[in-house]
Amino acid sequence: MEQFLVYFYENKEMIFIITLSIFLGLEVISNVPSVLHTPLMSGANAISGVIIIGGIILLGSTDLTKFSLNMVLGILAVIFATLNVVGGFVVTDRMLEMFKKKKK
Amino acid sequence: MIVMNTTLHDLGINSGDVYLLMSYLLAAIFFVVGLKLMSHPETARKGNFYAAGGMGLAMVTTLFLYRTPAGHTIPTLNVIVILAAIAVGSVLGVVIARKIKMTAMPQLVSFFNATGGAASALVALMEYSNPANESAVVTLLGLVIGTIAFSGSMIAYGKLDGKVGDIFAKWTTWFNLFLLALIAGLMIYMLAFPHDMATGTKLSYILLVLALIYGVMFVMPIGGADMPVVISLLNSLTGIAAAMAGFIYNNQAMILGGIFVGSAGGILTLLMCKAMNRSLLNVIIGAFGGGGAGVNKEHGAVKEISLSDAAVLLAYSQKVVIVPGYGLAVAQAQFVANELVQLLESKGVEVKFAIHPVAGRMPGHMNVLLAEADVPYTKLVEMDDINPDMPNTDVTIVVGANDVVNPAALDDPSSPIYGMPIIHAHESKNIIVMKRGMGKGYAGIENFLFFNDKTRMLFGNAKDTLQKLVSEIKEL
Repeated sequence: MEQFLVYFYENKEMIFIITLSIFLGLEVISNVPSVLHTPLMSGANAISGVIIIGGIILLGSTDLTKFSLNMVLGILAVIFATLNVVGGFVVTDRMLEMFKKKKK
Repeated sequence: MIVMNTTLHDLGINSGDVYLLMSYLLAAIFFVVGLKLMSHPETARKGNFYAAGGMGLAMVTTLFLYRTPAGHTIPTLNVIVILAAIAVGSVLGVVIARKIKMTAMPQLVSFFNATGGAASALVALMEYSNPANESAVVTLLGLVIGTIAFSGSMIAYGKLDGKVGDIFAKWTTWFNLFLLALIAGLMIYMLAFPHDMATGTKLSYILLVLALIYGVMFVMPIGGADMPVVISLLNSLTGIAAAMAGFIYNNQAMILGGIFVGSAGGILTLLMCKAMNRSLLNVIIGAFGGGGAGVNKEHGAVKEISLSDAAVLLAYSQKVVIVPGYGLAVAQAQFVANELVQLLESKGVEVKFAIHPVAGRMPGHMNVLLAEADVPYTKLVEMDDINPDMPNTDVTIVVGANDVVNPAALDDPSSPIYGMPIIHAHESKNIIVMKRGMGKGYAGIENFLFFNDKTRMLFGNAKDTLQKLVSEIKEL
């Protein structure tokens, strides 16, 4: 118990951010018409590519002057994450473009 | 007490560090506002741009302002390599996203989700063998969750693309529970007992393989009809995996974005389950369909209708409702369907589309397909809004839909789909069902709507049939 209390205290900001982000996610999505479920899922999917930041940090801290497994995996991670982000946003835009066209 | 004359130098940081943090805050705001705008048709496209802008901002500032724990920014060589990798990923992403057919949209989302999961898993895998990383718990969680999201999404992609079939046996549930216990056990072992770096790296690879297998086995037994729920769930997992990686770097943009998407994906998953009146646990453990006791019931013969009769019936109706299903999508019949609508409207008929929440292969998938064919979204009416109106409808045309209009869901407790909300097509005055043949729907069960006295069948490919129907009506 003591340990848990210490952990909570030391990470209080993070715990607040996480809890409120969860509610934010619930709140933003719960009033969505089902018309938009697919584009929204696709858009959320693109945002989950935020791991690209992790990829940049990782590859940015890797020694690239000599060949290593980490170098290969790091480059792969950045390529994959970019696919998720760019592909995700482009495909979402393609879906939404169709809704737009409608309104003459 | 606030000391106003503290300098950045006293805190051991420089102005770039603060700008980086500010850009993350801005990116997080863009994510939230973007997703919020995306929840309304009018502003949806703008919302997507906002979210993309937030991501672009966070990427650029990280690239140029991030400082390693040693205190220097990313070296030029690394910046070049990173930009090259981003360029490769962007070109691939744009080409794939632009070339894909609209009907293949669900598997594409699943594929992009898989790449995100893979990236999270790779980052976690490398960070685990980094001696400077002290957050072992989140690293392992990120590795396991990211890997499951990757392999699960790839199987979901394969299933939707028709490359992977359903495999279900009683043992899969037990096997999966065993696998999950094994993964949890190994994680606890890795965290609780100290071991040297070499052993740790080996163990992390074993964990990776176990999680890969689990992702495959988790999605494998789930029926194709439930794939939307699974994709949404895996989408949520990718977000959580990204957040876990965010904890490793104590990176607010990743944590906020990841958790936010994780919870949004979670609620979307539950909304979909609710639309099918099933619990998430039921989707994951119980395979859909397979035929219950209701299959062998007595039923009469189906009655066909000629194209000319159908044309007359439609042209002289007041109210027509079209119930589109996946059959319409695969036949690429959404354009002809719109032609039919415009033709009927020119004859003074009121036409609406009734959209079941799980029509197509993903919630809202049908809306996207119809929007592609220029159907105004005001014509798309959701199930709950159109059902009260069904008894006043003169003709309901069911195009390539099956389970979503099966009355067994309302009155046959032995049916596997009992309890799923349906569009009350059987309450309208006439029903025309367009179908390729007497095959069963996705859930593999008989549909008694087809044997209803008011129902007439029009057999054939949805696109051809609609095309012929349009020319018949034109000749009236």
